[in-house]
Amino acid sequence: MPRPLAKGMSKDLITMDDLSDDDIVGLLDDAARLVPVAHGDVHLPLLEGKLLGNMFFEPSTRTRMSFETAMKRLGGNVINLGALASSSVSKGETLYDTMRMVDGYCDLAVLRHPRQGAAQYAADACTIPIVNAGDGAGHHPTQTLLDLFTIREELGKLEGLTVGLLGDLRYGRTVHSLAAALARYDATMHFIAPKSLAMPRRVTAELPDGWSAHTTLDEILPELDLLYVTRIQKERFPDPEDYARVAGAYTISAETLRDAKPVLRILHPLPRVNEIATDVDDTGHAAYFRQAFNGVPVRMALLEMLLGSD
Amino acid sequence: MADKLLKVQPIRNGTVIDHLRAGTGLKILDILDVADTGNTVSLLINVPSSKQGRKDIIKIEDRELTESETERIALISPGAHVNIIRNYSVAEKTAVEIPEEVAGVARCPNTNCISNNERGATSRLLLRSREPVHLACAYCARLVTEDELQFL
Repeated sequence: MPRPLAKGMSKDLITMDDLSDDDIVGLLDDAARLVPVAHGDVHLPLLEGKLLGNMFFEPSTRTRMSFETAMKRLGGNVINLGALASSSVSKGETLYDTMRMVDGYCDLAVLRHPRQGAAQYAADACTIPIVNAGDGAGHHPTQTLLDLFTIREELGKLEGLTVGLLGDLRYGRTVHSLAAALARYDATMHFIAPKSLAMPRRVTAELPDGWSAHTTLDEILPELDLLYVTRIQKERFPDPEDYARVAGAYTISAETLRDAKPVLRILHPLPRVNEIATDVDDTGHAAYFRQAFNGVPVRMALLEMLLGSD
Repeated sequence: MADKLLKVQPIRNGTVIDHLRAGTGLKILDILDVADTGNTVSLLINVPSSKQGRKDIIKIEDRELTESETERIALISPGAHVNIIRNYSVAEKTAVEIPEEVAGVARCPNTNCISNNERGATSRLLLRSREPVHLACAYCARLVTEDELQFL
């Protein structure tokens, strides 16, 4: 039987659509309160005795480590799937069987899997809450939550911002979910990408008016409150020269940002390769390392919401 | 003599699928896979109908349809009637409807969907719209139109 939840949310987090506007505000408020706990300055063992299963069927650094940090900072413990080569998955075990096993071991499981729909499939197989940490080209809702949290922390609000999303907008699931989430807050959105990597129609079709597409950053940079940069992946280009030309045209440096508003903040889901020059790190615009840290309090708030006792 | 020649004679036991959308009969025979079963099957195409203008009819002797087969018919020709015939009389009559969830009947068109890549997984399509027929994969949420349906 699914266990009862603290705040009426569904027991799983598969997509951002599982969260109401009130759920999101509640999570971001809780995350803000949990920042000192995330830093280790305050000891708050809310999840003592609880066990999280980190089920990563694909490589991950930040997401896996921040879930582990979040759980341990709240006094809980973590078990890991470990390397696929040494697990029973390499012997041909199905996802269903693996998840049924974990269902008996843990109080909650975090799943990353290369196949779309894997998280919902796992949630159907399990009684414990399942948190989707990326299912192929599908969804990664905790990344969107930490992006929203970072925007609110950095700019003081979520409503009515002018936002640029730059880089690989075609394949990047992060920017698809973020655009859908920002639309809830009446953002004016500018999508900046080479034509071959433009925001797909299936994403823009779901957005209200208030977005526009560009191939260069210069013309709209001075208007932006926020610039969200994503990596352009080499493997998307059959011709290495095409890649070099496109990647070079979408590199941000301190010089590029000369005409930006002082309040402009730059976010990036990381890892970066060379799309943001290191000289940006020392400007007031760089918020991406704080963004990476914010994964911890946001995931703490979510774990507390799904596993907390009150 | 000519008066007694019926286009298709009544069947004693079996199933009559009536009110099929004109032009869907062949496709339905294909998915019902009745060719090799040894049952006598009749297909009438473009039969005049006062309600539909034209319709197709299928009669299968000595066989009653399973739930999964009825769901397949509903996906191709919603509103068709399935009549179970026992001893020349209509024993049961059902207007087929696409259920809210269709499991194990048609695959998700997304080749990277877990339902197409996991051993033993059952496809699950959820009804989004009856007219036109739109379904969505319960796992990856991919929208499936009538033209994209691939039956399992």
